[in-house]
Amino acid sequence: MKIVGKAVKFGNNVDTDVILAGKYLVLIDPYELAKHALEGLDPAFAEKAKKGVIIVGGRNFGCGSSREQAPLALKYAGVKCVLAESFARIFFRNSINIGLPAMECQGISNAVETGDDLAVDFEAGKVENVSNGKKLQVEKLPPFILEILADGGLIENLRRRLNKK
Amino acid sequence: MNITEKILAKASGKKSVHPGEIVDTNVDMVMMHDLTGPLAVEAFGKIGVQKVWDNQKAVIILDHQVPAESVKAAELHKTMRKFAKDQNIRIYDVGRGGICHQVMPEKGHVVPGTVIVGADSHTCTYGAFGAFATGIGSTETAAVLATGKIWLKVPKAVRVNVSGEFQKFVTPKDLILSIIGRMKVDGAIYEAAEFTGPTIKSMSIAGRMTLCNMSVEMGAKNGIIEPDETTRRFLEGRVKSMPNFEALKSDKDAVYDRTVQFDVSRLEPQVACPSSVDNVKPVSEVGNVAIEQAFIGSCTNGRIEDLRLAAEVLKGKTVKDGVRAIVIPASQEVYSQALKEGLLEIFTDAGAIVCGSACGPCLGGHIGLLATGETCVSSSNRNFIGRMGSTEASVFLASPATVAASAVTGKITDPRRLEAEVGA
Repeated sequence: MKIVGKAVKFGNNVDTDVILAGKYLVLIDPYELAKHALEGLDPAFAEKAKKGVIIVGGRNFGCGSSREQAPLALKYAGVKCVLAESFARIFFRNSINIGLPAMECQGISNAVETGDDLAVDFEAGKVENVSNGKKLQVEKLPPFILEILADGGLIENLRRRLNKK
Repeated sequence: MNITEKILAKASGKKSVHPGEIVDTNVDMVMMHDLTGPLAVEAFGKIGVQKVWDNQKAVIILDHQVPAESVKAAELHKTMRKFAKDQNIRIYDVGRGGICHQVMPEKGHVVPGTVIVGADSHTCTYGAFGAFATGIGSTETAAVLATGKIWLKVPKAVRVNVSGEFQKFVTPKDLILSIIGRMKVDGAIYEAAEFTGPTIKSMSIAGRMTLCNMSVEMGAKNGIIEPDETTRRFLEGRVKSMPNFEALKSDKDAVYDRTVQFDVSRLEPQVACPSSVDNVKPVSEVGNVAIEQAFIGSCTNGRIEDLRLAAEVLKGKTVKDGVRAIVIPASQEVYSQALKEGLLEIFTDAGAIVCGSACGPCLGGHIGLLATGETCVSSSNRNFIGRMGSTEASVFLASPATVAASAVTGKITDPRRLEAEVGA
């Protein structure tokens, strides 16, 4: 799986409340959620993400709540994937499970600025910053996680596995 | 092995497990609530199985937007009631339960040594009973409902060893805030936080729940405490059968990534300042912070012990003009007990409002949201930007005693100095 896109960079400990505030959790339409994506940090984010962006986060991206609406809002806002120094574990699992690729990339904060063009190869664990030529080799996602992403999410993956049996 | 490893080894049918290993684990209990459940129900419907894997091992608790604050919330509740009925799953509806993390152990759904997953990040609370418990998302909850299994990476463990006796009006909440203040919000990321030491041994179940509850605020996968006589006393009459606690003790040669030491004997009340849970200061260093709202409640600090403490501070005093004090007992059981003990009378006489058991303002969904520029001191667990309402409001986290004292003075106040502040 290869993804290209422009980076939008954030700092450390971006929490799920700034990604999607609790008051929006009663919304069930993912496109409605998307309108409020990352509103807590940048009220204009949803508009900026429409063209398709790659989020670059610092440490502990997605900390806080287990709300799956947070990665859902990002995905439907136009975020193609999330790369971060490290993730809060529930956010990471949720992203994978809804088919929003996420990968830990140590060193990414120093290699990327907002607006840079990135090329990400998930199978190879490679991130290239096309704008400045910097390349990162990171730990590859385990094969079963790549399979979930290839299927488009955990439910599709589970359907396929259960049907095989 | 340590207790976390022992539980995961047993649940995955292995003799031993090691940190970093990914194990396919059997789940003993799965929990969801009104804000995470509907997405799980929708995802479950897409998997293609008709029935949940075991209807005795799933619980639904309505607690976030209860009683329904909007038609949207009412529809979500309806979805959950229908799913519970169709699948014959236990549901704790409005007035029958309370906050999920309080209801789960109260109603006997938390058994030491079991694996519990819940569609809420504070599911780690149940580690207070020696269970492996961790939060998951809605889609994963659907997968567990279908299969009864989940993949888990065996976490490295950090031992948090605590000694010393708390001073008057200094509480386990102050301890966990000081721990997070030192370890930082990513200080235990992906790890098991195992709380040990004499202070933990002599701590109430309520206090242990507060510690394990907030483990997730330093990134931990689970917080955990070895079950003992205190655990047994709480669970007796609640759980169907009590497991052997000996098998759940961490081995003498158990491996920990590191051990961190805390001594509470000189600990003063702690406050987490905006907008990060690790921005922690002793109350004496917080300065003059005026408040508009004081909240006592949540899965972190809405238990009977917390309410007793707050009532002790508030008894015979009045909430300062210009301050809204909101008290929310964590469950119907806690509410009823507080009623019997006369605590609710103390709160209402002081000018606080007591609301029905729910998550309340903690997550800014329902009851007591903050306006632009307002400040709240809260006994809950998160002070992120926009957490309790406006993105331009400020949230300070503290113990129920500190919140109660602050409600009286109208500014963040050391409960040990309240008498001096207001004049005895």
